[in-house]
Amino acid sequence: MFKRWNLKGGLDLEGHKDLSRQYSIINAAIPDQLIYPLVDRSGNAMTVLVKTGDRVLKGQVIAGSKGVQGTLLHAASSGLVKENEWRMIAHPSGLKSWCLIIATDGLDEPGPVYEPVDYTQLSAADICEKVHQAGIVGLGGASFPTAVKITPNNVRAVDTLIINGAECEPYITCDDRLMQQYPSEILLGIQVLLRALAIESCVIGIEEDMPEAIEAIQQAIECSGFKQIQVKVVPAVYPVGGERQLIYLLTGRETPSQGLPVDVGVVCQNVGTVMAVYQAIVKGQVLIERVVTVTGLGIKKPQNRWVRIGTPIKDLVSQCGGYNGPIERLIMGGLMMGFSLPDDGVGITKATNCILVATSKEVTKSSEAEIQPCIRCGECASACPVNLLPQQIYWHSQGGAHQKCQSFGLFDCIECGCCDVVCPSHIPLVQYFRASKSKLFLKRREDEAATLAKQRFENRDTRKVQEKVEREQRIRLKKLALVKLQKGRPSAPAKMQDKS
Amino acid sequence: MLWICLLFAFLGVILGYAAFRFKVEGDPLVVEIEALLPQTQCGQCGFPGCKPYAEAIAQGNADINQCPPGGEVGVKALADLLGLDAKPLDESFGIEKEKKVAVIVEVDCIGCTLCIQACPVDAILGAAKYMHTVIASECTGCDLCVEPCPVDCIVMTAINPSVLNWQWPEPIQNRH
Repeated sequence: MFKRWNLKGGLDLEGHKDLSRQYSIINAAIPDQLIYPLVDRSGNAMTVLVKTGDRVLKGQVIAGSKGVQGTLLHAASSGLVKENEWRMIAHPSGLKSWCLIIATDGLDEPGPVYEPVDYTQLSAADICEKVHQAGIVGLGGASFPTAVKITPNNVRAVDTLIINGAECEPYITCDDRLMQQYPSEILLGIQVLLRALAIESCVIGIEEDMPEAIEAIQQAIECSGFKQIQVKVVPAVYPVGGERQLIYLLTGRETPSQGLPVDVGVVCQNVGTVMAVYQAIVKGQVLIERVVTVTGLGIKKPQNRWVRIGTPIKDLVSQCGGYNGPIERLIMGGLMMGFSLPDDGVGITKATNCILVATSKEVTKSSEAEIQPCIRCGECASACPVNLLPQQIYWHSQGGAHQKCQSFGLFDCIECGCCDVVCPSHIPLVQYFRASKSKLFLKRREDEAATLAKQRFENRDTRKVQEKVEREQRIRLKKLALVKLQKGRPSAPAKMQDKS
Repeated sequence: MLWICLLFAFLGVILGYAAFRFKVEGDPLVVEIEALLPQTQCGQCGFPGCKPYAEAIAQGNADINQCPPGGEVGVKALADLLGLDAKPLDESFGIEKEKKVAVIVEVDCIGCTLCIQACPVDAILGAAKYMHTVIASECTGCDLCVEPCPVDCIVMTAINPSVLNWQWPEPIQNRH
């Protein structure tokens, strides 16, 4: 039926999706407190635009970050702004950061309502601006500002929009449920994006193990008459939902190393992002909630919920029936690419697609004793979806030759963890790769700082030389003036005498 | 014979032009050495800045192990560049320390501008009889402002771990 390109590497993982996929998405309750970390995706501080004690309304802008990749943050419900707190944030480091806290008043009073507009009357620039104003970022997990992605770029022409509905991570079902329940809304969102990009062709990639979602989207296409939108079924192989992997599978185009999908004429958006675009443009609602899968054997009632951004995980867990027995790990994101949280006090962010409450049955405690030496079996290389040689990168990483890792394509590693799973020696390969990446990033930052310091040192030197020259010149001028004055003096009284 | 003379004259003109056109400013070796130095401008090596030290190394007037902020890694990089054997850091010039940042205890500052004059990278902001402050992002942690302060109000503090500078930990290696 459809041509299937062969995806190299990847794994057939046990899905565990039935835990949560059969239940409809329901609205989560508004928590007493909303928590917003004041750092953006790259760790830069966000500027708070409200004051302590202010009453904010639902959808009001409360913080923003500057720069090309700047985004806006909106209050998810009405309430009072409390004093900023230094608390733990949803980040793999488990570090603390300043957080904006809103004590909700339960009224959920909406703020300035944006008039829903007819998207067919909007220009591409208008759509981009509205998407930016609505604070939309990629909801697939990377949180890249959507407005930046869809802003027309004259240099690199885009011809295809790819919608990522291939939810390949085990356990997560939020995109699956979205496609089942809101197919026509998603199609309208796609229309808006196509208009912004001024292109016609769109492909939705959905995994073969989501028959209901495929059915729903296909039916919606039939009914709406948006025939230019194609549905393509992709094999349920992890990590087919990786941006580059999906683009390759659907179009046969390979995104260059260190490049972006636009370089091959593709823009890729997650299903959740498309839904947010629909809500922003067609409904006039800013991004204040998203669908989150709460799942795992450690939770009493696994399900999907519309959760307000900023909701503490604790609240969400108690709404889903609470913890079920002893918990091994609390994971934000999926089993493969998510990270462990030290406690459940952190807030849901725009990037949170899943809260996985894992028991010891689902995750095993990695014990150091299990780690055996690398036997160079090459299993990791055949599992790698990006054609890397993980064993080589590991070899250089553990030896501290991080530059060498880079020459083996370290920065093309998507950290999918396939090599970790297949390694018979239980070597935590991805952990090595992440450490190496951190080291190289640090080196790059240090080099930049050194260049800056050198520049400032040189500027200071030139300034000092200049100051010295100026001072000498001033002294010389003064001396000259003094000499002139001294020469003038004896003659002056003589003249006066003459006159008298 | 005449032709040969003409040819040589012609080649001479080309060479003369090339020498003028492709003249290399400064010593390229100094630039390469300087690129490996940490640009802290602290003067611990005994030279007034990283560039003078680089020049001294290039001329053979200084050893490669006199830069404590560069540490062992820096010595190794210099040794690789110059084809020398790496050697341990000469501790008479100081020991390798964790990078810190200068912080002025602002209530104690009397506004004497001595630290501003001492800072090699203009990272201290202030004016006479006004409180001074350090621009943390520009500070190289060279310690040069600490000594001239008459009221000892400058402290070198460790850089706090934040989301921006956090590093993924390396796995604990199991040696067999």
